[in-house]
Amino acid sequence: MSLSAPSAAAAAAVASGAASSRPNAIRPAAGLRFCGLRREALGLRSSPQAVAARRSVAAAATAGNGAAGSGGFDYDLVIIGAGVGGHGAALHAVEKGLKTAIIEGDVVGGTCVNRGCVPSKALLAVSGRMRELQDEHHMKSLGLQVSLPGYDRQAVADHANNLASKIRSNLTNSMKALGVDILTGIGTIVGKQKVRYGKVGFPDNEITARNIIIATGSIPFVPKGIEIDGKTVFTSDHALKLESVPDWIAIVGSGYIGLEFSDVYTALGSEVTFVEALDQLMPGFDPEIGKLAQRILINPRKIDYHTGVFASKITPAKDGKPVLIELIDAKTKEHKETLEVDAALIATGRAPFTKGLGLENINVVTQRGFVPVDDRMQVMDADGNVVPNLYCIGDANGKLMLAHAASAQGISVVEQISGRDNILNHLSIPAACFTHPEISMVGLTEPQAREKADKEGFEVSVVKTSFKANTKALAENEGDGLAKMIYRPDTGEILGVHILGLHAADLIHEASNAIALGTRVQDIKFAVHAHPTLSEVLDELFKAAKVKAAGVSHSVNEPVAA
Amino acid sequence: MAVVRAKVREIFMPALSSTMTEGKIVSWTAAEGDRVAKGDPVVVVESDKADMDVETFHDGIVAAVLVPAGGTAPVGAPIALLAESEEEVTLARDRAQALSQGQSQEPPSPHVDAAAPVPAPQPPGPVGAPATKGVATPYAKKLAKEHRVDIAGVVGTGPHGRVTAADIETAAGIKPKPKVVPPPPPAAVGPAPPVAAGAVLPPLPGGRVVPFTTMQAAVSRNMVDSLSVPTFRVGYSMITDKLDALYEKVKSKGVTKTVLLVKAAAMALTQHPVVNASCRDGKSFSYNSNINIGVAVAIEGGLLTPVLEDVDKLDIYLLARKWRVLLKKARTKQLQPNEYNSGTFTLSNLGMFGVDKFDAILPAGQGAIMAVGASRPTVVADKDGFFSIKSEMLVNVTADHRIIYGADLAAFLQTFAKIVEDPESLTL
Repeated sequence: MSLSAPSAAAAAAVASGAASSRPNAIRPAAGLRFCGLRREALGLRSSPQAVAARRSVAAAATAGNGAAGSGGFDYDLVIIGAGVGGHGAALHAVEKGLKTAIIEGDVVGGTCVNRGCVPSKALLAVSGRMRELQDEHHMKSLGLQVSLPGYDRQAVADHANNLASKIRSNLTNSMKALGVDILTGIGTIVGKQKVRYGKVGFPDNEITARNIIIATGSIPFVPKGIEIDGKTVFTSDHALKLESVPDWIAIVGSGYIGLEFSDVYTALGSEVTFVEALDQLMPGFDPEIGKLAQRILINPRKIDYHTGVFASKITPAKDGKPVLIELIDAKTKEHKETLEVDAALIATGRAPFTKGLGLENINVVTQRGFVPVDDRMQVMDADGNVVPNLYCIGDANGKLMLAHAASAQGISVVEQISGRDNILNHLSIPAACFTHPEISMVGLTEPQAREKADKEGFEVSVVKTSFKANTKALAENEGDGLAKMIYRPDTGEILGVHILGLHAADLIHEASNAIALGTRVQDIKFAVHAHPTLSEVLDELFKAAKVKAAGVSHSVNEPVAA
Repeated sequence: MAVVRAKVREIFMPALSSTMTEGKIVSWTAAEGDRVAKGDPVVVVESDKADMDVETFHDGIVAAVLVPAGGTAPVGAPIALLAESEEEVTLARDRAQALSQGQSQEPPSPHVDAAAPVPAPQPPGPVGAPATKGVATPYAKKLAKEHRVDIAGVVGTGPHGRVTAADIETAAGIKPKPKVVPPPPPAAVGPAPPVAAGAVLPPLPGGRVVPFTTMQAAVSRNMVDSLSVPTFRVGYSMITDKLDALYEKVKSKGVTKTVLLVKAAAMALTQHPVVNASCRDGKSFSYNSNINIGVAVAIEGGLLTPVLEDVDKLDIYLLARKWRVLLKKARTKQLQPNEYNSGTFTLSNLGMFGVDKFDAILPAGQGAIMAVGASRPTVVADKDGFFSIKSEMLVNVTADHRIIYGADLAAFLQTFAKIVEDPESLTL
């Protein structure tokens, strides 16, 4: 635990008063988030006291405000989209006593649960183990013998599917149990504070809501010229069903989705070719991390790549011919070569799903499909004015397309609706890539930090440490990895932390917590980390940092996110 | 700009710390044929703290990699050759060949430049495609680079005519790693499990070869030497009921069966000194003044014969104590030479395994060795024709016929049997 104790609620976690009736019990506080899903989503039942307390708070609120919503509205809050963002917002709204409804036109859980985080992590768990068991050298060095590891593709696919179903039903039940109305159908905004929803072929219903949150998420973006057949040319939606493991698959796009899939496919025996439009693979990562990632995740594996090219045309396999991918130079647009592979995965990013929302009815114009919002997630209309009582969270607004960002934004909005202003600090939201080894980051990359430093006139320092120096990593024979911290030597402010190594996705939170609470390096330097653990990698970073403002140390800081 | 003299430069293993003497190459950032500029990273070298990128001091083309990824080289040793321009690349290649001492079996790759795409021999299918590079799998390309195989010259046997890793391996003459791994034998180096009944078969495929330890080599030498001695064997059976009863009485004092038998043998030897003698020069009897009896002990990975000295002069309790000490030393390999070299007679007992009878090989420098089997309840008939069940033990002595004759040995055994069958004298 870090030295700085949160004095005010951070953007992420709120513990409801009634639930802390047993202070010594070690249970997750009712407000904790897990991948944007609350503990109810995992099937953990809240204690009866907590549920009762919540219900009574809700009842009191509604009783105080009038029967069905206040001021004659059907609902205090209507959320369009029951994905991670919508779900997180709904649960927090109920906690705040708001009468809430959530509209879902497809499946509860949205992308994360059904076509994203959940099944992909199941597949990555399998691929991680497969890779380890197949690495003879690694096993031998530990003194282990493993003979002929293999896998059953259907069983692996079932693991992912079953997990998705389980989480989906937990999510649904959690919302039902708390009294959130789940309305089925496509939601459309028909006017100020008015939403219509209905299933195709059925009559529509119209409801009024004091506040509306758009949380319709995103879908895989498929550039033009690419023909999807779902079997040989497909997106992550299809890939996660793992209907087949091709011998040779081309992955168009080398961001974290493409990278994670390359990890899965190469572990299961495929060869991979990356097609990347930019000149650098993994363009979103800090360049130093990207270079090391290439050395660990790409070079030793059966992967090659083409950078600086677009896939201008992809034809699915048919009549005994392989999948054909025509590559053109990204700048000159001239034809470079044609790949012939067994399958192609399109991982070129995600496009917001905002068609049919009826935004034109309220003078809102999307930008490349994204709904324009301000710092408070309030929707902006075509004239640049805030549209009152209308918010947009998650992938649909494009600010930070991550599941936990969506739910954090949702909570921020509900806080505002409940009368407490809240601006989410996006720089404190960590991101992770679940390859083996994992990559995680929070805050700015080194080039971004240096650019900001040049503009605003401050110095930037960087400290780095290798996982080779960590006892636990060496015990596991997983010494490949790097952690770096970018900070201001004058104030001790942490600007960014990047980790590549074993369990990086779990380790980053010490840093993201520090950034969220405004903890400075000098405050956190002396916090003790258990030995031997991987967290000592971060301890090394903190201890190696040299801050000129040392001597004055406060243990409590003003949180950045109010 | 023009640097004249050395047209082909060496990239050498840097010293990453003051104490580093050799370094391991993690990976090559620049590959053969790549053009690099001064300051570009070309190789990653492992140090104890982190992997370090090593940059080149000169512009040029990486002409030859001398130490591949995963290899080690001493600090200062050349690990790659940098050619200033294309013309020097072949020069560098030749130099690389000269430097490397008869390395692997790579077929010499005739051309280097990425600039000239060679038309592929078999058209892969799609219209209008240049055809060469596009149709080899990622792993095939990696292997081709590593083993310097020109892909354009390889016939693809994969689906749709693509060049696969297996094709490259065939072209390079490498035997691919067998996919089916037979159940791997446990890593044999180090403490070998006790060699039970040593298999003397010729090496079969799939078997493994473990060289002798020093002890095992010594045993083998002695056994082979014994082939030059003319030996014969005499067996004798004796009733051990009384001996067993005696054992029950004295075992609480730490006396083992072995000690009782050793004492019995010593007492018999006092009456038949020729059995305690040896023939050292092939033409005379060498009588020993002491009766030192060695007992064969199986230890992990070998065989030792710790020797109890002057057995005839010591009582069984003292012998038992000495035996315990010797046994411990034997097991921890701390026996002194005089504790295993001074035997005049040897006893070998396989009774604990249930063996009924066997014969032992005569150790070098001794006249006789006694092999003892297990005492087993047996039906015996006495001279009056009455049957009874008694514990019977079979004993077999191998002796050097140059000095010990049949009658000598038989007489010795008769005495020994009498002592065993009436063992009260052992406790004296």
